[in-house]
Amino acid sequence: MRRPSTFAALALFAALLVIAFLLVPVIAVFADVGLARLADALGEESAREALWLSLRTTLIALAVVLFVGTPAAYLIAERDFPGRSLVLTAIELPLVMPPAVAGIALLAAFGPDGIFGPAIEGAGIELVFETAGVVVALVFVSAPFYLRGAIAAFAAVDGRLGEAARTLGAGPFRVFASVALPGARAGLASGAALAWGRALGEFGATLLFAGSLQGVTRTAPLAIFSEFSEPGGFVPALALSAVLILVSAALLLGVKLLGGEPGPQGSRSR
Amino acid sequence: MSSTPAALETLRANVTTPLRGFELDAGLEARGGEPLALVGPSGAGKTSLLRAIAGLLSPRRGRIELGAETWLDTARRVELPAERRSCGLVFQDYALFPRMSVARNVAYGAAGGRGARRAAALAMLERFGVAHLAAARPPSLSGGERQRVALARALAARPRALMLDEPLSALDSTTRRRAVGELRAVLAELGVPVILVTHSFEEAALLARAVAIVDRGRIVQRGDAAEVSSRPATSFVADFAGAVVLHGEAESGDDGLTVVRLRGGGAVRAVAEARGPVAVCVYPWEISLAAPGVAAEDSVLNRVEGEVSSVTVVGNRARVGVALPQPLSAEVTADSARRLGLRPGLRVTAAWKASATRLVGD
Repeated sequence: MRRPSTFAALALFAALLVIAFLLVPVIAVFADVGLARLADALGEESAREALWLSLRTTLIALAVVLFVGTPAAYLIAERDFPGRSLVLTAIELPLVMPPAVAGIALLAAFGPDGIFGPAIEGAGIELVFETAGVVVALVFVSAPFYLRGAIAAFAAVDGRLGEAARTLGAGPFRVFASVALPGARAGLASGAALAWGRALGEFGATLLFAGSLQGVTRTAPLAIFSEFSEPGGFVPALALSAVLILVSAALLLGVKLLGGEPGPQGSRSR
Repeated sequence: MSSTPAALETLRANVTTPLRGFELDAGLEARGGEPLALVGPSGAGKTSLLRAIAGLLSPRRGRIELGAETWLDTARRVELPAERRSCGLVFQDYALFPRMSVARNVAYGAAGGRGARRAAALAMLERFGVAHLAAARPPSLSGGERQRVALARALAARPRALMLDEPLSALDSTTRRRAVGELRAVLAELGVPVILVTHSFEEAALLARAVAIVDRGRIVQRGDAAEVSSRPATSFVADFAGAVVLHGEAESGDDGLTVVRLRGGGAVRAVAEARGPVAVCVYPWEISLAAPGVAAEDSVLNRVEGEVSSVTVVGNRARVGVALPQPLSAEVTADSARRLGLRPGLRVTAAWKASATRLVGD
């Protein structure tokens, strides 16, 4: 039998090292203090409040993103208009924007001293130190993830299907609902999962824009930081982290299942 | 269909719009009950013209009317959206909705409530002999089945005009031979204007009497298929439009060949096997002409005698129309035409081999 080459051995070692380095911290979250103590820590009022707030705010933000983003993505995917690539770039900007910058930008626009601050205040809406502010920050950072996926998904739907529907008498809404939505379903779902995952992990923009008030704006990631800053808060921080890891893993799995499947009809394969 | 409109409507279209590299500038008229075939090479603008009529392409200038209704008039800024034109379109690769069952595809454009639409769809599927596929999804169908479903879907919407874009090109040759006859029967029954696009003149001549030859966005010649074949206006048309189509009844001959008794008299032989009504297809350049009575000792089996009706010289060749019960066109060299003294009124024998005779179900 031939001995494996030195290079092959090195490559194998590198692969094992990378996998171990990425996995060890994740496993450590669960293994460091044991599952029993993690479960106890989750019983704390503040932890449950943070998780519940995260769930509520991310779901509301996701609903806003889906409700407004889906027709917007459809329009952008279907129409060719001047400045289209500029619009696409603008949509993607928050993706690469550092979260702290996003928070500052939101303050500059909608904060009390921001451009629209007086108008928002005049309308009786409070965003800073309010749950509504968390939702605004979450929508801002997560919408691009959904829009990108949705635009690509709608653009991949065979255009002649919509044309066929029109020649059969279908108006714009029926074409959207009966042809475009089902055709883009997988891409929309994976975009939504990514956006939700991003919203769940949101930290910087929320902290800067909405603050970190327990029960009001302190979502799970903020609670992790806040617990960690307190003496003896490491275990509660670990417990919240464990929950977020589980949810993130489930979302990632969902994205893989939805995006990896070529679609039973193969309509996108052409 | 039982609901043929009482009055046959006429579709008139005049469309001018830039396409890649040239301008589409075409006018046409299609009467209900008389299918019109647009024939031309790929990229000539045929499909764009269909799409403009169906409302899927907005031409720069134009006017499209069905009967008394105006679908498009750029001068008056009238443009009815596709969904309000009631103009069916069968796409080249059928564009069936992949995630809907066949029945839901066909019900999509039908009128009425859910139940009425489903009933209409099932009746239409029944008519096309594909009722057993109602629950199937389009991706699992064969090419021939998809073609029938696409036609059923377009007709279930009861269109006031029907466009067919290369309706047979996605089919394999065997399926196509059978589908031609079916489609012919369906189109003949429809009382609405039908325009079909094909790059095969033979297919055009089989499916429609009236043909219009399209080249680089313009209609260069139009008329009866046999007429265009025997009197091509340009060498482009001559290159492109060549097909003799004769209709008859096939039976097996005693020599192992198929004998086709032509409608109006005469018989020809073919190698292919067929029974019942068929269309006999021969290319003009497969047909040779001779003075009658010259007893030829050769292997050519098909000989019919008739009177020359026209001689059209295009470059170094001549298209010769021969008046028989069903007209036929032959292509000979201009030199041969002179040598034989071909002129209208002269009697000639047209001859071609049984093996050059193709049969298509009719």
